[in-house]
Amino acid sequence: MTAGLILDTLTIHLGNRPLVSLSARIAPGAVLTVMGPSGIGKSTILAAITGTLAPGFRCRGRIVLNGRDLAGLPPQDRHVGILFQDHLLFPHLSVGGNLSFGLPPGTPDRKAAIAQALAEIGMDGFAGRDPATLSGGQKARVALMRMLLSEPQALLLDEPFSGLDADLRGQMRDMVFERARARNLPVVLVTHDAEDARAAGGEVMSLG
Amino acid sequence: MRIAPVLTVLLLTLPVLAGLAGMVVPAFGYFPAIGAEHTSLAAFRALLDWPGFGPALRLSATTGIAATLLSLMVTVLILSAWSGTRAFHWIERALSPLLSVPHAAAAFGIAFLIAPSGWIARALSPWLTGWDRPPDLLIVQDPWGIAMVLGLVAKEVPFLLLMALAALPQCQPNRSLTLAQAMGYGRMAAWLKLILPRLYPLIRLPVYAVLAYSMSVVDVALILGPNTPPPLAVQVVRWMGAPDLTLRLTASAGAVVQVGLVMAGLGLWRLAEGLVLGWCARWAADGRRLAQDRLARLAALALAGLSAGAIFAGIAGLALWSVAGPWRFPNALPDLLTPGHWQRHGAGLIEPLTETVLIAAAATAIALVLVVFCLEAEQRFNLSKGRGAMWLLYLPLLIPQVAFLHGLQMLALGIGADMGRSAVIAAHLVFVLPYVMLSLDDPYNGWDRRQATVAAALGAGPSRVFWRLRLPMLLAPILTAAAVGFAVSVGQYLPTLLIGAGRVQTLTTEAVALSAGGDRRVIGIYALAQTGVVILGFAAAIGLPRLVWANRRGLRGAA
Repeated sequence: MTAGLILDTLTIHLGNRPLVSLSARIAPGAVLTVMGPSGIGKSTILAAITGTLAPGFRCRGRIVLNGRDLAGLPPQDRHVGILFQDHLLFPHLSVGGNLSFGLPPGTPDRKAAIAQALAEIGMDGFAGRDPATLSGGQKARVALMRMLLSEPQALLLDEPFSGLDADLRGQMRDMVFERARARNLPVVLVTHDAEDARAAGGEVMSLG
Repeated sequence: MRIAPVLTVLLLTLPVLAGLAGMVVPAFGYFPAIGAEHTSLAAFRALLDWPGFGPALRLSATTGIAATLLSLMVTVLILSAWSGTRAFHWIERALSPLLSVPHAAAAFGIAFLIAPSGWIARALSPWLTGWDRPPDLLIVQDPWGIAMVLGLVAKEVPFLLLMALAALPQCQPNRSLTLAQAMGYGRMAAWLKLILPRLYPLIRLPVYAVLAYSMSVVDVALILGPNTPPPLAVQVVRWMGAPDLTLRLTASAGAVVQVGLVMAGLGLWRLAEGLVLGWCARWAADGRRLAQDRLARLAALALAGLSAGAIFAGIAGLALWSVAGPWRFPNALPDLLTPGHWQRHGAGLIEPLTETVLIAAAATAIALVLVVFCLEAEQRFNLSKGRGAMWLLYLPLLIPQVAFLHGLQMLALGIGADMGRSAVIAAHLVFVLPYVMLSLDDPYNGWDRRQATVAAALGAGPSRVFWRLRLPMLLAPILTAAAVGFAVSVGQYLPTLLIGAGRVQTLTTEAVALSAGGDRRVIGIYALAQTGVVILGFAAAIGLPRLVWANRRGLRGAA
């Protein structure tokens, strides 16, 4: 079995028109940065990996995660986590509820697990809070932690640092990459910010 | 879930088609239930022999077309003069309450305003008019149907405004307006020349629905329209209620003619559209700026105020009459206020009130489940509604109610089916469903799909996303759609009357039945109760999400 994420001549078509194509092997704990101007299909690559391509798009080639071929699997069975620039916290659930949504159902003592997760991101006692009242940096941390709690086997980042101001951006980058390395997750980062690519420290692929 | 779209399509088409069949067959003389077994044209002959036939036909056509034309013109004037301005914000605010007043209640309110002994005459008497008793004028139920047209316009303008506002963002009005105004065009000219041609195709179906409705309306016509002869649809209903069963066949023939009339009206409108649009295109390119539009804009605002004011003042009048003690003519206010009428009629109110709420709640609940499942199926299986689906949705609104409901009643009569409350609920559902769908479609499809992507990445399947995320986050628009459906059901007159065979009594059927008696105090009570039920529904739809999501700021803007 090959550990890591393998994109084997992954090609995405819109109708019959080929849109974008790439091959890559991302080892556990490594980062692949995909760069390029907007509209080139960067996010579409991530949608192909999560299994949420919009109707009209088709993808060819193989996506293999830790030896599992993801083709045909529904999104919820792929164990691929994703972070967007908008943190997309569920507005009707509390901060704790959001984390709990990510936590697998069999977890013993969910409350303690959530409290511990909040402590890990320096947000002790935030479980009951309305996500809309958090600062941008706090939202980003909750979104990250919610995803990590769901125990993904790979991590996709869709310009997740673009919305943050310069100080926070650095902190968030460190936090995300550190945790991905600690958990040995292969990471695909999509960005148009060269600084992100440098901080990621891995292979950089330019599209377009 | 996959079956919901199929069920919905059947529900929208089957009753209409069955109703039309049930109408056509007896019209040609075949109705074994009363011993008529030979096809003949006798029913049509009887129809033609009715001396009121020509005038009734003319009245249906003229009032329907006039009401639609006026409603559209007022809507377009208001939009061109004010949309996107701060004043328009107030017009938008007034829309929901205006829409929530049932047609019958609005018609009663307007009747109480403009009648010779109504509020307007009282306000002007005797100091201006010199009247110290109500003048002998036929204002309400005038032979030309002017009062009826005005009543329809006051109710249809808010509807068309709502539909236009929903479609307007697709026309990207702001950039075009800025561009045209920079070239020296007046606001109204810019809007009429640039936005209207793009907007009209988007509101074509609602306009057709208004035309079909106005040409065949019964409850408003009973209250405000002429009665010797009445418009054709009213006469069809009279024949259906007549003790002489052969008159039912005449009613069928009348219903056939009514369908033909509405189809002809729609065809004529379609032809006129082509002509007007061609003329508009030439007008748009003639380069005239019409920069001085101050007066026209004020006139548009006055029209908006007048049509909204007519309904609001009408409701105020109904409220006042329901608590009025002795109220002699030229006095603008009653001598004293009394709760006596409410005490006397309150007990009688409970039964129709319960029936109204039961029917509306059941029809709305069924419609809501079907619509939500349809929309969810659309999402999950990547279906999309084509143009055909929109026409299907409008089908029950384009075929005259009186025609296919009459046909359904004849079918039931023919097979001896008992038409009770559940049949009435089913009939209401046919009209509730399109409105619930129209109301929920945009918010449902507008939900950020990335939320579902994130949830799936967290391991949540489609069902968990549906129940735990989508439904709770869409609580506000779902409840709004429910309130709209509820309001549509409460306002239904004909489906209750015809399908209930007179045995199911709601606030609406009771109120309209009271119109003949002319006791303003009782009418005030019933019309007010009818309006109140609808307003409570909307209040719940607005209040509940605020209560449930009181601690969730992210959902408060969504309502």
